[in-house]
Amino acid sequence: MDVLLWGVLPYVTIAILVGGTVWRYRYDQFGWTTRSSQLYESRLLRIGSPLFHFGILVVVVGHVIGLVIPQGWTSTVGLSETAYHVQAVTLGTIAGIATMVGVAILIYRRRTTGPVFMATTRNDKGMYVVLVAAIVVGLATTLLGAGVVGEEHNYRETVSPWFRSIFVFQPDIEAMSEAPFTFQLHTLIGMLLFAIWPFTRLVHAFTAPLPYLFRPYVVYRSRTPGPATRAPRRGWERVGS
Amino acid sequence: MRPMAQLAMVMNLDKCIGCHTCSVTCKQAWTNRSGVEYVWFNNVETRPGQGYPRRYQDQDAWQGGWVRTRRGRLKLKAGGRFRKLFTIFANPVLPNIRDYYEPWTYDYENLTTAPLGDDFPVAQPKSLISGQPMHVEWSANWDDNLGGGAEVSNRDPIVERVRRQAEDKVRLEFERTFMFYLPRICEHCLNPSCVASCPSGAMYKRVDDGIVLVDQDRCRGWRMCVTGCPYKKVYFNHRTGKAEKCTFCYPRVEVGLPTVCSETCVGRLRYIGLVLYDVDRVGSAAAVADERDLYQAQLDLFLDPTDPDVIAAARREGIPDDWLEAARRSPVYALAKVHRVALPLHPEFRTMPMVWYVPPLSPVVDALTDTGHDGEDLENLFGAIDTLRIPVEYLAELFTAGDPAPVRRVLQTLATMRSYMRAVNLGDQPDESLAAAAGTTGAELTTLYRLLGVAKYNERYVIPTAYEAQGRQLEEIGCSLDYEGGPGMYGAGPFGEASGRPAPVSVETFHALKQRQTSEGLADPERPGARVNLLNWDGKGTPAGLFPPRRTEQAEDRS
Repeated sequence: MDVLLWGVLPYVTIAILVGGTVWRYRYDQFGWTTRSSQLYESRLLRIGSPLFHFGILVVVVGHVIGLVIPQGWTSTVGLSETAYHVQAVTLGTIAGIATMVGVAILIYRRRTTGPVFMATTRNDKGMYVVLVAAIVVGLATTLLGAGVVGEEHNYRETVSPWFRSIFVFQPDIEAMSEAPFTFQLHTLIGMLLFAIWPFTRLVHAFTAPLPYLFRPYVVYRSRTPGPATRAPRRGWERVGS
Repeated sequence: MRPMAQLAMVMNLDKCIGCHTCSVTCKQAWTNRSGVEYVWFNNVETRPGQGYPRRYQDQDAWQGGWVRTRRGRLKLKAGGRFRKLFTIFANPVLPNIRDYYEPWTYDYENLTTAPLGDDFPVAQPKSLISGQPMHVEWSANWDDNLGGGAEVSNRDPIVERVRRQAEDKVRLEFERTFMFYLPRICEHCLNPSCVASCPSGAMYKRVDDGIVLVDQDRCRGWRMCVTGCPYKKVYFNHRTGKAEKCTFCYPRVEVGLPTVCSETCVGRLRYIGLVLYDVDRVGSAAAVADERDLYQAQLDLFLDPTDPDVIAAARREGIPDDWLEAARRSPVYALAKVHRVALPLHPEFRTMPMVWYVPPLSPVVDALTDTGHDGEDLENLFGAIDTLRIPVEYLAELFTAGDPAPVRRVLQTLATMRSYMRAVNLGDQPDESLAAAAGTTGAELTTLYRLLGVAKYNERYVIPTAYEAQGRQLEEIGCSLDYEGGPGMYGAGPFGEASGRPAPVSVETFHALKQRQTSEGLADPERPGARVNLLNWDGKGTPAGLFPPRRTEQAEDRS
């Protein structure tokens, strides 16, 4: 069972995520959008959406730091285990709660604003369930791991080594199976979220418009890659230029 | 000097009768779809009026266009790149659907299904975005012909501004009121702020003909372009989540046909032609210190297509000779630069708009005649210009950033032309000194008269076709199953109607129309609709669902 969950499932998830994203990018550029509903309702969105998005960005950074950077590195730099945990839990809790409140406002708005609710597809509803589950359980693990509720657990000795081991194709199944149930549940929901990611509106995150910072303001494009991509027929040669 | 070609338009406001034919045909051609019910690529506004969307010209509120910084550089009014990305999760200045209007249909079904009773059944208006019954309170032309009276017109941002300058210049009392029509399409600006606002780089200006387009495949729905455009001519399709805008009917102009709005214009007031401009100087021209200089700065960008240096430079840039020939015959260049009677709309937005207008003069002649004067006598006309019902100040706020001098000069030229041509038509000796007084010559006035009065189809629309060498690419190459009604066509994508590959432009035909007619038309993509939307029905044939099933069929169903 552990092998299936922590040895096979991660690879299935990655395969679906990468394959699905590539497939959608190639097949469904037209459907690749935020599907914004701001046109219908702006007041709640302007509170909920930044709260959720900035919260989740901090959460993502937190995950990267917690999962990718080995415990040995931070202690070498001189950051004690306690100090690390205090900052991780503080930041994580603030960001987590911001995300939760944000998503709560957004879902409330989606349900109560008629036009927004009409524009909500089944796909969206399913995605919201998984997303909210991931956030709720994730926040629970943050509090659990800190020992605020229940027994303290250092996930950087179980989940993190397992996470890194996936990418060198030697999954450390044992480490993960020793993690508490909530961590395992959060990981499973996370994998589910990544598996459905390419097939929902979440894909807009993959095209975050960072190149905007570096491109010239006005974009010029030619109707075609260049003049005369095939040789002109006899008698139709371009005059002038 | 780096010449670039730009397809541009001039509209002669004297001739606009406000019939909205351009808007309707444009809508039928381009935005007759769900998600863009409220979208008018072309709309006709009554001035004074609030415009569409309401008060779009008030950039203090909507933050469109560019501003000049103290260091003399251009900056997007709504904020630069970092600010754009920082506010990307909720655009702070996006118009709400109610700033346009909430689109609706009528519950026609009730007319046939209501039970027998003493009252006549009515078709209740139903919102197309929430599906709920609604009160119709505003639409695209609610204030047409000054509808709503001074209550509505007083909220015109231009009226407010002019009034601030000259307390009682603009009167909206009934007996002294004035109005004229202003048809608007996308300006296809030389310095487009919508393009500059697009975080994904999906919007672009075509090098070949200057048309500004949205790449539907690359648009991600960040909706910054809607804010960026000071004319509010980029719209958000709320079904597909993508921006859409006037395309200058590129599939038509590429084959030499005028845009739908021009083609169908009853007053024949639109002109389409090529303008050559120096793309290297656009930035500096748009950043001139005094916004009243913007009109002249933009005029200076236009290159003389008869100048050998310009021709040589244009050839170096790969502009073909037939395009240069079209530029020499261009009615737009003639009206804007040679005769200087066309003016840009709101140059102070610093986007260098490319749809220009001949300001209206018309009521002056009738008004003068009514008072017993010779309405076409030049002296009388000149004197009347400053006391026109349509105040020169109002026109100046629209066309020259508030500088009345160019507007006055245009109106004087138009008045002189009338007077001069009357002399010609009556067989009198036309007075060359009249022309000279207006800074022009009799020959020029005759050409101008011809262009404004009698120009035929091929003189009003001088549109070079797309390059022959690209002919093959212009034929849309699609999936072999994508023929009309084929299995590849109109199947909803896996993520709802909006997903999958968009139908090629050339297949927007019978089946699309039929599908639209037979669908519910409300915002629920998953409900299989069978009711006919009579508003969309073209009167031909009987789409499925138009009539209830025959009684015999019903009987069979029951058995």
